[in-house]
Amino acid sequence: MFLAILKRLLMLVPVLIGITLLSFLLLQIMPGDPASRALGTRASAEELEAMRQLWGLDKPLWVQYLYFLRDCVTGSFGVSIFHKQPIITLVAARLPFTLAIVAYSTVIALVIALPFAILAAARRGRLTDVAIRQVFVVLIAMPPFWLCYVLILFLALGLGWFPTGGVGEGFLANLYRLFLPSLVVGLSTAALIQQSLRAALIDTMQADYIDTARAKGLRGREIFLRHVLPNSLISTISIIGVRVSWIIGGTVVVEKIFSVPGLGSLLIDAIVSRDLPVIRGLTVFFAVMVVIVNLITDICYALADPRVRLE
Amino acid sequence: MRLLRNLLRNPAGAIGLAMMALTAAATVLTPLLSPFDPFALDFANAMQPPSALHWFGTDNFGRDIFTRVLAGAVYDLRLALICVFGPMAIGVLVGLAAGYFGGRVDALLMRLTDIVWAFPFYVLVLAIVGVLGPSETNLYIAFFIVNWIGYARIVRGETLLISRLEFIEAARVLRFGRLRVMLRHILPNATTPALVYSMSDVVLTVQAVAAMSFFGLGVQPPAPEWGLLIVESIDFMREAPWMTIFPGLAIVWIGIAFALLGEGLSTALKPKG
Repeated sequence: MFLAILKRLLMLVPVLIGITLLSFLLLQIMPGDPASRALGTRASAEELEAMRQLWGLDKPLWVQYLYFLRDCVTGSFGVSIFHKQPIITLVAARLPFTLAIVAYSTVIALVIALPFAILAAARRGRLTDVAIRQVFVVLIAMPPFWLCYVLILFLALGLGWFPTGGVGEGFLANLYRLFLPSLVVGLSTAALIQQSLRAALIDTMQADYIDTARAKGLRGREIFLRHVLPNSLISTISIIGVRVSWIIGGTVVVEKIFSVPGLGSLLIDAIVSRDLPVIRGLTVFFAVMVVIVNLITDICYALADPRVRLE
Repeated sequence: MRLLRNLLRNPAGAIGLAMMALTAAATVLTPLLSPFDPFALDFANAMQPPSALHWFGTDNFGRDIFTRVLAGAVYDLRLALICVFGPMAIGVLVGLAAGYFGGRVDALLMRLTDIVWAFPFYVLVLAIVGVLGPSETNLYIAFFIVNWIGYARIVRGETLLISRLEFIEAARVLRFGRLRVMLRHILPNATTPALVYSMSDVVLTVQAVAAMSFFGLGVQPPAPEWGLLIVESIDFMREAPWMTIFPGLAIVWIGIAFALLGEGLSTALKPKG
C-alpha cells in the first residue's frame, strides 16, 4: 500500500511540471509587454525596467520558466504586484474559507442526494423515480451565479433568514453564514451523486452476496444498512473525486457573489486589477489542490474497496 | 431521419426537441411576438412589473425584458454551441488518434489531457480571458483550450473498445487503409457517446458563457446577453426582482431542453440487441 502511494506520488511529478508549464505559457500568450500591461500606461521607463528585472523578463524564456518553477517549488508561488506580498501568504489567509465551502457543499450534497437516491432506487422505473430525475435536471439547469441571487432575493432579502454575504468569527457563525454559498455549490453535486448512487444501489441489490445474506435469514432492513448501502457508497467516493475539480471551480463564483474572502475572490480581484503573478500562481495552486484531492479520494477508494489496486 | 424518429418516440427527447424548436421559432419571429425594440430607451415606463403588455416587465431604462431575453438568445446560443462543438471536434480527433495509434502518441496526448484536466474549469477559463482581456474572441480561445479534454477521454476509450471488435478485424482483413478504417468505421461509432455527453456539456457551457459576461469578461454591453442582463439587474434587485429572475429562467429553459435532448439521444442511439 505504502509503495503504491509512493509510486502514485512519483507519477504526479510530470503532471505537476506540466501544470506549471501551462500556467507559465498562459502569461506568454498575453499580447504586449507584461510589465507595461501590469503597471499601466502611466509607469515611467525606470519603473518598467525595474519590473522587467524583478520578473526576469530581460532573461531568455527558459530561464524565466525556471525562475517560476523555483517560486513554485519553494512554495512562494511568486510575488503579488498589488499586495506586494508572496502569493502563498495571500493564499494561506484565504484557503480555509475555500476548503470550508468545498467540504460543507459536499456534506450538503450527500444529505440531499442520499434519501432521493434510495427512494429512486426502491421505486425504479416508476413515477417517483422519473419525477425525482426531472427535479434534479432542473437543478442542474440553474446557473450557479443566478441561483446565488435568487437565494439572496428570497431567503436573505425576503425572509431575512440568512445574511446576504460575508463571513463570521468561529465555527458556528460560519456554519450559518457559509450555508447559502455552500448550498449553491452542493446542489449541482447533489444531482450527480443522486444519479450515480441510484445506479449503484440498483446494481448492488442484484448482487449474489445479497441473495446469500437473504438466504442466511437477515431482514431486509439489515441487509440494506449492512450490505447494500455501504457497498454502493464506495462508488460515490470516486464520483466526488472526479467532480472535485468542478466543486473547487464552483467556489470561485459563489465566493465573489457572497463576498467570502476565499481563493476565488482573490482570483477575480487579481483579474480585475491585472495582478498577473497572482493569476499565474493561483492557477497553479488550484490545479495542485485538485491533484491532491484526487489522490486522497483514490487512496480512500482503494482502502474502501479491496478489489481496487492503486496502479 | 431514423434518429429523429427514434428521438421523437422517446418522451424526454420529444419534449427537449419541442422546447428547442419553440426557442428557435421565438428567436426568428421576435418582431412578430413583441412590438418593442430591445435597445430603445423609454424612461416613462422604467421598472414596470410583469403585465399583459410587458410579459417579463421592463428594466431601469424602460426596455421590455421579454424582447431583450429573446434578442439575447442569439448571443447565448451562438456562444454555447461554438464553445461546445468546436472543442468537441478537436477532442474527437485527439481521442481517435490516441486510441487508434496507441503507444507514444497515446502517452503524449493523454498526459496533455491529464494536465489540462487538473485545472478547475472556471479557474482556467477565467485566467485565460483575464490575461488576454475581455472579448468574445478571447472567450472562444479560452473554451477551445479547455473544453476538448472530456471528448478526448471519451473517444479514446471508445476507440480502444471498438478497435477490438470483429467488424474492425474484418475491415483490416479486407486490407482497408488505416485512414479508412479509422474515419469510416471507428469514428462514427466512437462519436456516439461523445454526442450524448455534448448535450450535458451545452447545459453547463450556456451557464459558463453567461457567467463570463457576468464577471465582465465575455460579451460586452449593451448586448442583451443573458449573463449581462442579470449583472445589470443586481442593483435593482430589491425594487425590480423580475429583472434578475426572467433572464435566469431563460438559461434554465435552455438547460432543461438540452438535458432532455441528451436523455432522449442516449436512448435513441443505444445499439439494438
